[in-house]
Amino acid sequence: MNLTLKIWRQKDSSSKGQMVDYKVTEISEHMSFLEMMDVLNEQLVVKGEEPVAFDHDCREGICGMCSMYINGEAHGPDRGITTCQLHMRMFNDGDTITIEPFRAAAFPVIKDLVVDRSAFDRIQHAGGYISVNTSGNTQDANAIPISKHAADEAMDAATCIGCGACVATCKNSSAMLFVGAKVSQYALLPQGQVEAADRVKNMVAQMDLEGFGNCTNTGACEVECPKGISLDNIARMNRELLKASI
Amino acid sequence: MAGFFKSSVGRKVAMALSAFFLMFFLIIHLAVNITSLFSADLFNELSHFMGTNPLVQFALQPVLIFGVVFHFVMGFILELQNKKANGVSYARNNGSANSSWMSRNMIYSGLVILAFIVLHFIDFWFPELNVKYIQGDMSGMHNGEYRYFHELVEKFHNPLRVGAYVISFVLLGLHLAHGFTSAFQSMGSTAGRQKTMQQIGKAYSILIPLGFIIIAVYHHLNPHH
Amino acid sequence: MALDSKVPEGPIQDKWTDYKNKINLVNPANKRHIDVIVVGTGLAGGSAAATLAELGYNVKAFAYQDSPRRAHSIAAQGGINAAKNYQGDGDSTYRLFYDTVKGGDYRSREANVYRLAEVSANIIDQCVAQGVPFARDYGGLLDNRSFGGVLVSRTFYAKGQTGQQLLLGAYSAMNRQIARGKIEMFNRHEMLDVVIIDGKARGIIARNLITGEIERHSAHAVVVGTGGYGNVYFLSTNAMGSNVTAAWKIHKKGAYFANPCYTQIHPTCIPRSGDYQSKLTLMSESLRNDGRIWVPAKLEDAQAIREGKKKPTDLSEEERDYYLERRYPAFGNLVPRDVASRAAKERCDAGFGVNATGEAVYLDFADAINRYGTEQAKIHNISNPSKEKIYELGKAIVEAKYGNLFQMYEKIVDQNPYETPMMIYPAVHYTMGGVWVDYNLMTTVPGLYCIGEANFSDHGANRLGASALMQGLADGYFVLPYTIGDYLADDIRTGKIPTDNKEFDEAEKSVQERIDFFVNNKGSKSVDYFHKKLGKIMWDKCGMSRNETGLKEAIKEISELRAEFWKEVSVPGGANEYNEELAKAGRVADFLELGELFAKDALVREESAGGHFREEYQTPEGEAKRRKEFQFVSAWEYKGEPKDAILHKEALEYENIEVKERSYK
Repeated sequence: MNLTLKIWRQKDSSSKGQMVDYKVTEISEHMSFLEMMDVLNEQLVVKGEEPVAFDHDCREGICGMCSMYINGEAHGPDRGITTCQLHMRMFNDGDTITIEPFRAAAFPVIKDLVVDRSAFDRIQHAGGYISVNTSGNTQDANAIPISKHAADEAMDAATCIGCGACVATCKNSSAMLFVGAKVSQYALLPQGQVEAADRVKNMVAQMDLEGFGNCTNTGACEVECPKGISLDNIARMNRELLKASI
Repeated sequence: MAGFFKSSVGRKVAMALSAFFLMFFLIIHLAVNITSLFSADLFNELSHFMGTNPLVQFALQPVLIFGVVFHFVMGFILELQNKKANGVSYARNNGSANSSWMSRNMIYSGLVILAFIVLHFIDFWFPELNVKYIQGDMSGMHNGEYRYFHELVEKFHNPLRVGAYVISFVLLGLHLAHGFTSAFQSMGSTAGRQKTMQQIGKAYSILIPLGFIIIAVYHHLNPHH
Repeated sequence: MALDSKVPEGPIQDKWTDYKNKINLVNPANKRHIDVIVVGTGLAGGSAAATLAELGYNVKAFAYQDSPRRAHSIAAQGGINAAKNYQGDGDSTYRLFYDTVKGGDYRSREANVYRLAEVSANIIDQCVAQGVPFARDYGGLLDNRSFGGVLVSRTFYAKGQTGQQLLLGAYSAMNRQIARGKIEMFNRHEMLDVVIIDGKARGIIARNLITGEIERHSAHAVVVGTGGYGNVYFLSTNAMGSNVTAAWKIHKKGAYFANPCYTQIHPTCIPRSGDYQSKLTLMSESLRNDGRIWVPAKLEDAQAIREGKKKPTDLSEEERDYYLERRYPAFGNLVPRDVASRAAKERCDAGFGVNATGEAVYLDFADAINRYGTEQAKIHNISNPSKEKIYELGKAIVEAKYGNLFQMYEKIVDQNPYETPMMIYPAVHYTMGGVWVDYNLMTTVPGLYCIGEANFSDHGANRLGASALMQGLADGYFVLPYTIGDYLADDIRTGKIPTDNKEFDEAEKSVQERIDFFVNNKGSKSVDYFHKKLGKIMWDKCGMSRNETGLKEAIKEISELRAEFWKEVSVPGGANEYNEELAKAGRVADFLELGELFAKDALVREESAGGHFREEYQTPEGEAKRRKEFQFVSAWEYKGEPKDAILHKEALEYENIEVKERSYK
């Protein structure tokens, strides 16, 4: 199929960017979206032009590096996937596809479609851990039984890949799904409950400091999340913070 | 606890608390008004009680005013923060793919409701204050009978006003359609995401505005009692 | 230089404990004055950085991704082995040790593997304490699954995302230290050289991938945990950015490179669909617990399927060849990876492949769905269940176990694997070879360490499933933090290492020159053009089976391709900006050297062992034939061109395991 691409080009964080049109031809429907971008970039490199910069790494939907806003949706029109798992069979011959970086004041553009998501790391630094040293003689892994239900719920929260689709898609650029997922994972496990109160306070404070917006419960994040992280995690975070503050 | 309400999560909780209060108030308000459909006397009695009871006037009313003002002011503050958090806007954004119109436009439905409240205050509340506290007439009487029902009917004589009320109530319904369940979520409860509560929310957000609309339209169509 | 593995004396089960008791330690107050650089923040690098920082060292950690959480360890799906014997099925430290050495086809170092098995149980304890949500049974205790090449259930897992959860655990431990200021994290930085001063590793040259700035970083020791070099094949299950650069740079500065030809071709990957393909996707080996692998028994059926005239579901049981169950009745579909991969290639080469490219076999879940469905019907007391009911119940179980993998498959291939068998084919997955290290995980350069997949030590010629995560975390959490102290104990009076000296000047200059060359070379071909060509040579001639003629051709072709690369490569954009083509050019330049050494190593190794299969050396049944005279580690010393590399041998002795013909029949 032949496609027209409208892509955000921006030289660096201090430059102004704009949308630029490109054409690609003979795209196979079995290609992944990023392989289609590879075709475009190969075309540009051979012409001596700068290829479109975009973040990508594992290309199997788990590293969370890829981050495109395609036709007005984070990771494009399909559900439960990242951009690298989006396949061209979702599009039709002759389509015009708009490709933009994930947008949020807390995610400044580095170049073209590459954004800086280090705000997520800093939130994790604030409390996204359990304070246990590596010793080799922590108690036996089976010493504290954990109900299957709690373990499964913690796992569901822990599957977050930190891609930032929740922020990008949120009309308020809120990071609460991301933070809620981490807070929940630990709050559900006995090992994490010891410092749960401090954790939620510190992580929420850092989240606010980074300039993310406020959640208005539109639920868009849950829909666009490639890992289907549930809004229940935001409710749990709210609950945890209330509990920690009273 | 002071720090809590400065946090984004705390502000959500504050929004939700004020919302619950306002939603409760709407039920009371509708319950009083609905009596006007079948008994002018009962409506007058209740109105007079609400308008003159010191507890209602000097305790509940200020709380209500505070709740309304807080909900609006905080709503605007949060909206401004959110706009700032957005940064550059998308050239193409397909919001309807992942969220409801109501949830994305709370600020606009909220603004219409604000405009309505101004109109509503000019229509009813300011004249009330004038009669009761400036002119000092606490009797609630006019020409020998309670004035409340009569005033109500008179107000709905003007089709433009009725139209404005109807539009405002529709937007109130849309605001509630998202707000009702959203408030639970903000309070940290997943109840709002469960089916029963969603159905209750739907019923609430339809019935309350519909009740007010019926009252306005009924009195417009039946001007002579 | 003679190779000294520094394996301590004594009975194997006491070596590590006795050794730890005797090595030098650094006093906590002195650790504050010692800096350690850790390059790479996957399971090995991340866990090492966190633990070193906990101990009190000042750690500088480097990752080319935008966060340590994105390292490719995250993509490991199936699980992590540990000799916990929670299932009571006879597992023990010795058995894990034995399985690993046997699985590696008797080409790994006994003492290292024993230590790995010994600390494996600690890893699980540590991870649970960190909040890793491993799968649990209804009693609240940890669940296990079984993996290829073993007869016990010792694999711990977190759905199909075990690597992710373990990496996030290590990342969380790092976060705690970053918050304390004990780890200084350099994201989007790539190490481009190591700096050697007075024969010791004392720092690195790194490029800031956003600004292009070349930076000098000094330390008392340098740890490289930058993963494997599977991307030398262009197509692999590795991440797009996975590269050999850090390992290759230290090789060029004196670290020997061991067994480059030991590569693992993983049997269960999604087959290639076209030339545009940029990477291959693994389907967890755990699928082989329940899936049955087959091809049509008759050539005409295979052809009809390839042409779309028949569907796999049209074939009756008799018309199918469950070739693994046929050839290896004892292990069946759970033979080790190298065996399963070669068997698939053998069938496809013989013309039984089932997709348009002829390179695919079936992985079928129909039996599993039926078996689980029948079992569920019994559990729920449904008498005479209908076929549909059995399918529905069985499907639910399969979905609970592998749902995310099935969904991933469907997204990529656009076929529903519940209804039609999956298609799979082997793909390059893991490299057992890597930088040579001694028992301390130190390379041949003092103060330079190498951990995780980047080193060569524990898996021999073939790695068993769920052992990579185990090794990465064992190295990072429990081995390196001890052994490095022994070396650093001599450095407590050294003070800060300066960066304004001729060694740093020279290293920076050579890095800068190479970058300048790339951005100024007005070639006509993209970096990917060369990478793809290299990959094709590697896959065709150094792939699942190798022979002398092919390897000699590969050596020649790679060296010619390298010459063309340096003439014709085109890199748009500048040096002082975000420039992915420039980063890629540097990585492919290193792959072009490694590739040749790889072929040379494969040529010298005149035997078949694990993932290295030389067609000249096979048993009459077509199995790998090891040769006693090759019971050594090949460690290559850099001498300029790959053809000039010098081979050093570390003899492998097996005192605790009898070396036998590896049999899975």
